[in-house]
Amino acid sequence: MWTWFYRLASPPHVYRVAATLTPWFLTAAVFAIGYGAIAGLVFAPPDYQQGDAFRIIYVHAPSGWISMFAYSTMAVAGAIGLIWHMKMGYAVAAAVAPIGASFTVLALVTGSLWGRPMWGTYWAWDPRLTSELILLFLYVGVMSLRPAFEDGNRGDRAAALLSIVGVVNVPIIHYSVLWWNSLHQGATVAKLGQPLMPPSMLLPLLSMMLGFMCFFGAVLCMRLRGEVLNRERQATWVREAIKS
Amino acid sequence: MGGYARFVWPCFGFACTVLAWNLWSARRYHAAARQRAGRALAMSDEN
Amino acid sequence: MTDTGVSAGRAMMLIMHRDLRLSFRRPEQLLQPLVFFLIVTTLFPLGLSVQLSLLRDMAPGVLWVAALLSSLLSLDSLFRSDADDGTLEQLALSGQSLTTIAIAKTLAHWLVSGAALVLVSPVVAIGLGIPVSAFATMLLGLSLGTLTLSWLGAIGAGLTVGLRRGNVLLSLIVLPLAMPLLIFGAGATDRAISGTSAAGALYFLASLCVFTSTLAPFAASAALRIALD
Repeated sequence: MWTWFYRLASPPHVYRVAATLTPWFLTAAVFAIGYGAIAGLVFAPPDYQQGDAFRIIYVHAPSGWISMFAYSTMAVAGAIGLIWHMKMGYAVAAAVAPIGASFTVLALVTGSLWGRPMWGTYWAWDPRLTSELILLFLYVGVMSLRPAFEDGNRGDRAAALLSIVGVVNVPIIHYSVLWWNSLHQGATVAKLGQPLMPPSMLLPLLSMMLGFMCFFGAVLCMRLRGEVLNRERQATWVREAIKS
Repeated sequence: MGGYARFVWPCFGFACTVLAWNLWSARRYHAAARQRAGRALAMSDEN
Repeated sequence: MTDTGVSAGRAMMLIMHRDLRLSFRRPEQLLQPLVFFLIVTTLFPLGLSVQLSLLRDMAPGVLWVAALLSSLLSLDSLFRSDADDGTLEQLALSGQSLTTIAIAKTLAHWLVSGAALVLVSPVVAIGLGIPVSAFATMLLGLSLGTLTLSWLGAIGAGLTVGLRRGNVLLSLIVLPLAMPLLIFGAGATDRAISGTSAAGALYFLASLCVFTSTLAPFAASAALRIALD
């Protein structure tokens, strides 16, 4: 039953699976982001309080979600590497890091631009913003630690350990609006029961979330293939693989 | 955009930039890895 | 499996005793972070040239940032000298778990760095205009905070012990993890100065300390294992 998991320990298998998945993820991303962006910018009605500025949610919320999801993925992949000694776990962790960091920057910048008209300031040291900024620093720390070691495997393990230590921050970011008196608005979608937004606003948002996730998957697969090649340069299967 | 255009469009623009950067960077990384692997194999063939 | 004959508790005492004696053999190395602490806290009033009454508003933040930075200076040496001369390997081979070793060394380190900082803090506090009524909160907060920082630093020191330019990376790793500490520590002192109850912030600091104290030793020993393999 777990053969699919054990097969992921094999670099050529990962290389092939990633190649197969990429176009599917990309196509789904194009459609989902396309619909989400157009519907969100044009067809969704303006918010009664925020007017058209609320449309920033269509890039801000998905990017925030991806920044946290990517970090969690990095920590889990690192843990898989440490526990099962799977090199491919380390490869995934290394591939995710720059992607996650870029989405964290996107979340911070779009949030800042949204804050200016809504709260009157480009920045506030409130719990959610601060913990998201700390997330960016954690990404930078992990990305700096790995190459500092001459032995790549040691670097992978150290980076994995650090990312696991830092994963504490992810629930803090998520629950910060619940635990503290935060300037940032509370949960928009995930409340059980009725969501706070009408379908005309909600559907494009869900579509953008899905689109960003698929995009994340696509880019991860692309980067992962590069990681696998870098780590498996000497292996025999590489010869055939790079000819295609 | 109801007066908020100068906030909304830069957000979407930066989002496009980040998405594009991710695609470009991942492709470049993979291409560089392929090149290095090719060179490594060529060198080991010579030996 | 040979019987080592030394319990974990006794080993911890022995290692702590050794580390403390080694530290006191070089008293100047103990004083340097403290002097740094004093100098950094002096930089702020000099740079901002404010009156003592206004300085009081910034005082908690200045105090805690200075404590953080001077702790970072001394953290690099937590495992490094023992790693360099092979003692760490010997300790690891002795049959004691790396966790025991990490706990012992971290506590010894905190006694000579963090605890020393706490003792010096009233002097600094007076220079920053913090009223004596806030001292109890400040001392308690700093004690909890420096201990937490020592644990976080142990993880960072373990991860960077083999690296040549490890100390910058150490700061880069430890500071983001220490940010919640700074927020609540400075917040507690701030509340004490303004007269409101600092209990909430202190409870949070205490919970951070407990959380870190229970989990950090395992993370630090895992880091050391990576370095020693």
